[in-house]
Amino acid sequence: MQGNEAIAEGALYAGARFYAGYPITPSSEIAEHCSLRLPQLGGVFIQMEDELASIAAVVGASLAGAKAFTATSGPGFSLMQENLGLAVMGEVPCVVVNVQRAGPSTGLATKPAQADIMQVRWGRHGDQSVIALCPATVRECFTLAVQAFNFAERFRVPVVLMPDEVVGHTRENIVLPAPGELDVVDRKAPTGKPADYLPFAADPDGVAPLAAYGSDYVFHVTSSMHGRDGYSNNDPANATWRVRQLHDKIARHRDEIVLTRTFDVDDMDILLVTHGATTRAGRAAALEARARGVKAGVLQLQTIWPFPDREVAALAARVRTVIVPEMNYSGQLAGEVRKVLGSGVDIRRVNRWNGTIIGPQDILDVMLRPAAAEENA
Amino acid sequence: MTHGRGYLKEGVLPHMWCAGCGIGTMMGAMLRAFEELGFGRTDTVVVTGIGCTGKLDDYLVTNALHTTHGRALAYATGVKAFNPRLHVVVVMGDGDGVTIGGNHFIHAARRNIDLTALVLNNLNYGMTGGQASATSPASSITSTTAYGNPEREFDICALAETAGANFVARATTYHGWDLQRSITQALTRKGFSLVEVMSPCPTQFGRRNDMKETQAMLHSLRDRSMPVAQYRALPACERVNRFPVGTLVDRDEPGFVERYALVQQRAAPEARIA
Repeated sequence: MQGNEAIAEGALYAGARFYAGYPITPSSEIAEHCSLRLPQLGGVFIQMEDELASIAAVVGASLAGAKAFTATSGPGFSLMQENLGLAVMGEVPCVVVNVQRAGPSTGLATKPAQADIMQVRWGRHGDQSVIALCPATVRECFTLAVQAFNFAERFRVPVVLMPDEVVGHTRENIVLPAPGELDVVDRKAPTGKPADYLPFAADPDGVAPLAAYGSDYVFHVTSSMHGRDGYSNNDPANATWRVRQLHDKIARHRDEIVLTRTFDVDDMDILLVTHGATTRAGRAAALEARARGVKAGVLQLQTIWPFPDREVAALAARVRTVIVPEMNYSGQLAGEVRKVLGSGVDIRRVNRWNGTIIGPQDILDVMLRPAAAEENA
Repeated sequence: MTHGRGYLKEGVLPHMWCAGCGIGTMMGAMLRAFEELGFGRTDTVVVTGIGCTGKLDDYLVTNALHTTHGRALAYATGVKAFNPRLHVVVVMGDGDGVTIGGNHFIHAARRNIDLTALVLNNLNYGMTGGQASATSPASSITSTTAYGNPEREFDICALAETAGANFVARATTYHGWDLQRSITQALTRKGFSLVEVMSPCPTQFGRRNDMKETQAMLHSLRDRSMPVAQYRALPACERVNRFPVGTLVDRDEPGFVERYALVQQRAAPEARIA
């Protein structure tokens, strides 16, 4: 099965019954697969006129009770930012798959990149937090798609699933999880009297129950600043609470959201911090290094946002060198690692931004260079 | 009969719109139409965008979704496509509906998605200070066309008709009962239904275009509008500075909901084999 198909199947496993999208390479297989499968399941597939409309329709369907998602890539993801902001503000669960391709602009339309890390985090205007997950294998495409929906439903947030083109188009054999094997989370529904329902009155866990249009619970959702009742509210005290709550519901559940994997880290001297397609290259490089007497281990980030700062710090404290391979020019992930570790640590970047992938040898070359080599060398 | 008051949030009046503005008139007509048709609060979703008209949802106790500028129809499409039992009503201004949101407008009409769009056309961007929109008449003065608008305006109804809407009507806020009747008709049609609601904007448009008094734009709507049949009987040269009001298009083509149900039926046997 292909990575993109596994994402679509994972979404269906998680209960997704609505897809709205606009074709774009290298994500289109997700739309094609959904157009085939969703009508079979009584769900809705709708091809919209552009990506602005796609994410808007997803949000509308979610408020009508659907687990809903869309998929896109670079230029389309840029177009989605505005209405993704509404999903944050209106606390609307949904999933956006951004199969990353090389830019800037339409760039290298069919080639891989990992250059949207900061756009995923900061692409929308206004100050907000997001959850973003990144699969490295076809099986992870499936399992992290399920996880993306679980987080979206649990925290009433949009979740970005951000494979790169390599992972999206990789084909490999996987055993699909049986029904019931993976947890599937549904949004918390209101249980009180309909007349008392406040769609933005957070429970002690920071998340308010969400009704569906058409149920007994009538509610308002708005892109503008609003109170617990969902109606416009420009009071500074309300805005203070509101923005804090949007950040806080993610920050306080950070340990639940941050997912990482480690390989050969027990005795390592060198730590590779990888995500997506660089994970396989990193593991191969680490194994080859060990064959040459250099003890290297790998930390794979499955969750990119919120950034796994503590996990990086804990492992980096045990090594002399940290290596961050990523398919972009400016070292977006390495910058985050630097922010966590400070300036005294030997952090080495391995970057490619020309649409070709980072291979084990690229990483090995940097790894085996003498210590104290300059960052950015 | 409560004249639609049952859908109004308690304690919100007087509304925010300027003296002489038609949005409140349109809202009243819409709520009376809801009542006439027995729409429930729970099964009605009012979707709005940005601008003076976009503030309308703040006054309602139905379900509501207040969205980003120009995208209301796209949000509404998602709501309706997933739950066809809902009455989905999209209320926009001319900026929202056919300027920034023009692409969504033509595709909603083409798709014939089963919802009702009310586009309040006051010929300019009122809330942001009276800038030109896609419906500001050629040569008109706005805060961004000080020497006269060099661009031509959209005919919203013609746009909807050409794009494939099932039902298209035009009304003015001067003709309150006709407006309500058009909205009621639109709400009962399948497929995409549109009512263009011509409204004064004395504060921003009227004062810059020789209609300084609050009632001047209202009188202009009264004097320029003409029933559809009468308008169509006029020779082209006499149509200048006139516009038709009433039902312009009333087709019975299958809407998206009906067509998508067929898609699901075709897909279902395959699912059983799998």
